[in-house]
Amino acid sequence: MKIRYIHATLGLICILIYNTLASCTKDNLLNQNPTNILLNDQVWTDPNLAFSVLGDLYDRVPEYQELEQYWNFADFDEAFPSNYGDYWRVQHQDYDYNWWSYWDYGYVRDINLFIQKCRESNLPTADKSRFLAEAQFLRANVYFELVKRMGGVPLLLDTMEYNFSGDASYLQHPRAKESEVYDFIINELDSASQGLPNDPSIKSRATWGAALAMKCRAALFAGSIAKHGLTTPEVSLPGEVVGIPASMANRYYRIALTAAEELINSGEYSLYMKHPEDLSTNFADLFLDKNNNPEVIWVKDYKLRYRTTQFTVQNQPHSLTEEGAWSGFLNPSLNLVQSYEKLDNTFDTFATKDPNTGQYFLYDNINDIFKGRDARLAGTVILPGSQFKGRTVDIWAGYITPDGTIISGSSFGQQKVLPGETNPSQVVGFDGPIDGLEHGTQTGFYIRKYLDPTPSAGQIGTGSDVWWIRYRYGEVLLNAAEASYELGLLDSAAYFLNQIRTRAGFKIPLKASDITFDRIVHERKVELAFEGQELWDMKRWRLAHIVWNGENVPLTDKPWKADEPSTRIFGLWPYRIYDPGKPDDGKWIFKKVIPSVVNQAHRFRLGNYYSQIDPNVLANNPKLIQNPNQ
Amino acid sequence: MKSQVLLLLTIALIACDASCKKDNYSPPDTYLKGRIVYEGEPINVAYNDVTFQLWQPGWGKLTPINVTVNQDGSYSALLFKGNYKLVFPDGAGPFIPTKDKDTGNDTIYINLQSNMQMDIDVLPYYMIRNARFSVNTTDSIVSASCSIEKIITDSILEKDIEYVSLYISKTNWVDGRTSINSVTLQKSEINDINNIELKVKIPSIIPTQHYVFARIGLKIKNVGKMIFSNVQEIDF
Repeated sequence: MKIRYIHATLGLICILIYNTLASCTKDNLLNQNPTNILLNDQVWTDPNLAFSVLGDLYDRVPEYQELEQYWNFADFDEAFPSNYGDYWRVQHQDYDYNWWSYWDYGYVRDINLFIQKCRESNLPTADKSRFLAEAQFLRANVYFELVKRMGGVPLLLDTMEYNFSGDASYLQHPRAKESEVYDFIINELDSASQGLPNDPSIKSRATWGAALAMKCRAALFAGSIAKHGLTTPEVSLPGEVVGIPASMANRYYRIALTAAEELINSGEYSLYMKHPEDLSTNFADLFLDKNNNPEVIWVKDYKLRYRTTQFTVQNQPHSLTEEGAWSGFLNPSLNLVQSYEKLDNTFDTFATKDPNTGQYFLYDNINDIFKGRDARLAGTVILPGSQFKGRTVDIWAGYITPDGTIISGSSFGQQKVLPGETNPSQVVGFDGPIDGLEHGTQTGFYIRKYLDPTPSAGQIGTGSDVWWIRYRYGEVLLNAAEASYELGLLDSAAYFLNQIRTRAGFKIPLKASDITFDRIVHERKVELAFEGQELWDMKRWRLAHIVWNGENVPLTDKPWKADEPSTRIFGLWPYRIYDPGKPDDGKWIFKKVIPSVVNQAHRFRLGNYYSQIDPNVLANNPKLIQNPNQ
Repeated sequence: MKSQVLLLLTIALIACDASCKKDNYSPPDTYLKGRIVYEGEPINVAYNDVTFQLWQPGWGKLTPINVTVNQDGSYSALLFKGNYKLVFPDGAGPFIPTKDKDTGNDTIYINLQSNMQMDIDVLPYYMIRNARFSVNTTDSIVSASCSIEKIITDSILEKDIEYVSLYISKTNWVDGRTSINSVTLQKSEINDINNIELKVKIPSIIPTQHYVFARIGLKIKNVGKMIFSNVQEIDF
């Protein structure tokens, strides 16, 4: 009985399989087009579909410090990370050799594939030439990213196919010279710019202006590696795979200056100046204003409800947070804050103590100590006593009595009974600083650059649609100034620097004789803080191993000097004097502190100048050589 | 009920235990130890600064085992038995690896079958000789003296001195990163490399301790890693 039943079932299955197979051959089931992906022929006949492929390539542009990876801004000396899970960023000494490693040849291949398919396609000519130019622009960008992180890399400009012969060695390519990669980028951008629209209102796609700005930056990088690489001859590899001969420096600087001048003289872009009455707000708005912004050249854009960033959610001041537990991640360092000049073109650290008597200086108002400084300071950093979203932030560390006793709290805005009183009163700011308490400032400062004051931008569910600026006119001016300086054209360097400085509120222009290397480095530091430039700048100037030397040095008193070590993050805490009935009651003193979380000094080793190539990559391709000093 | 749970747990435990034993091979158990030396004298370096690579061929893709050299020039690695190649990457330390006389190759081949003690000969650019330390207890000033011997004199390979420093630290990890005070003599300030004297004051230490550790470091121009004297404990 049972066996017959099984036989019957087996028979049925056989018939079913036969029927299925038969129907396959009839309806061509195995040759049907898939319904879940688009095929080459479909994509490359429709400009809209081709554009969406390009959109993916734009989306994969590599970044390091940016709005979506704001935590990386705390890796050096610009900011402290006030978040328990990120304290390690100020508690490690060495940067691993594979930090900033990048080897995404999958992305390179996809761009090459796009170029190849686009060339073969029959898309309308206008679309086709613009798409091709954009892909070339992105290819230049990815090679720029590769070369600034890894040095010379294999220059692959065609898609490679494996022929299944069992021998893949023909796919192995050696590293090109570092200068060859830079030359490729410069030429590629020249060629791309011919197919790109010259329209400054286009910000999120490649334009003629973006190609010039990138060319300018790349040539400047190559020039400075050639020139400043002389100070670190040990950072080099045979065959110039890493390192550029010094003799090529002037050529690159000239390319950078020419590109900058072409962009400047075109008049298509200009410095953002919509609020001349308040230069700090003007500087802050330069990063927020997405409406006819004349300074912005190329961005990574965001759109509400589709894609937003959590930058504002994470970094808003604690007392103004729209998202309960989240606030105050990035705390700008005193190292950065004290670098902003006074408006008379002189430098000064903050005067907290009389060096002769050891007495604290008294300030009537909490923000007096910051007065008379570069307008970019208050545009970049939320200072104690300043406003955000129309409300004054509450940053103060506690009361100090005349005998030096400090009365403070361990939670935001904590209340205690002050001596001689009966009712408790607030003894510490609702914004901190409280040592070791995350999500509030621990340095005494919050970040203002890129912080979105729009209502509900600080809510997780909404987020901020402020864009991330990759290239802007201000940087082009700084590039022009640096290239001019390196070529010995001091008048021209002063001319470009003064444009930037006038916008920052400086009334006395710099003279040609004022322009030094320290000036150039300093101007970039304060103008481009929190714009993801610091690491690459310090690398190309070969200053990184000097400034981040691993030694427990105190805060520098020479903020104008480019090579002053800055290995740990310092803060500036305001205390209110508690001395009822006396004239000094309610005045402010300031203490320079080092947050107790900061317990290691950063050390950038010579092997960090060019990041490690993954051993797996080396094992796959014996023609590659590892970067030096690792 | 209780006993059933217990039984189940026991079975699970045995099963886990048994599977562990079957799936895994034994951990590395063979030591390779030794020192980085020049003519039998150890090369003192900074901690976490100097590394060399061990490559074990024959296991698919090659990735190096990085071995870090201690302050006193010693090293130790716990390894599987087998054949290894030992390489110093370029710029690994304040020295250049010695080349084999016959092959001109600086790779060292190691056949590791049991615990092994091996000193690695290298050629330092300089050696710090006769480092002596003393302390004046009344003004807490540490004085140090040494001479510097130039080892590599070949005109292509030789490197200049950049500076000499005396470091003092609270613990016996002593270099620029840990020092509580230091003094530096730039090349231009050195009159006689056979007779270098350095003095540095011991700052007040909180919590109080009546000892510090000192050593002299030498920075060689265009070499990233420094060479040091031995560490000396100083009581005061």
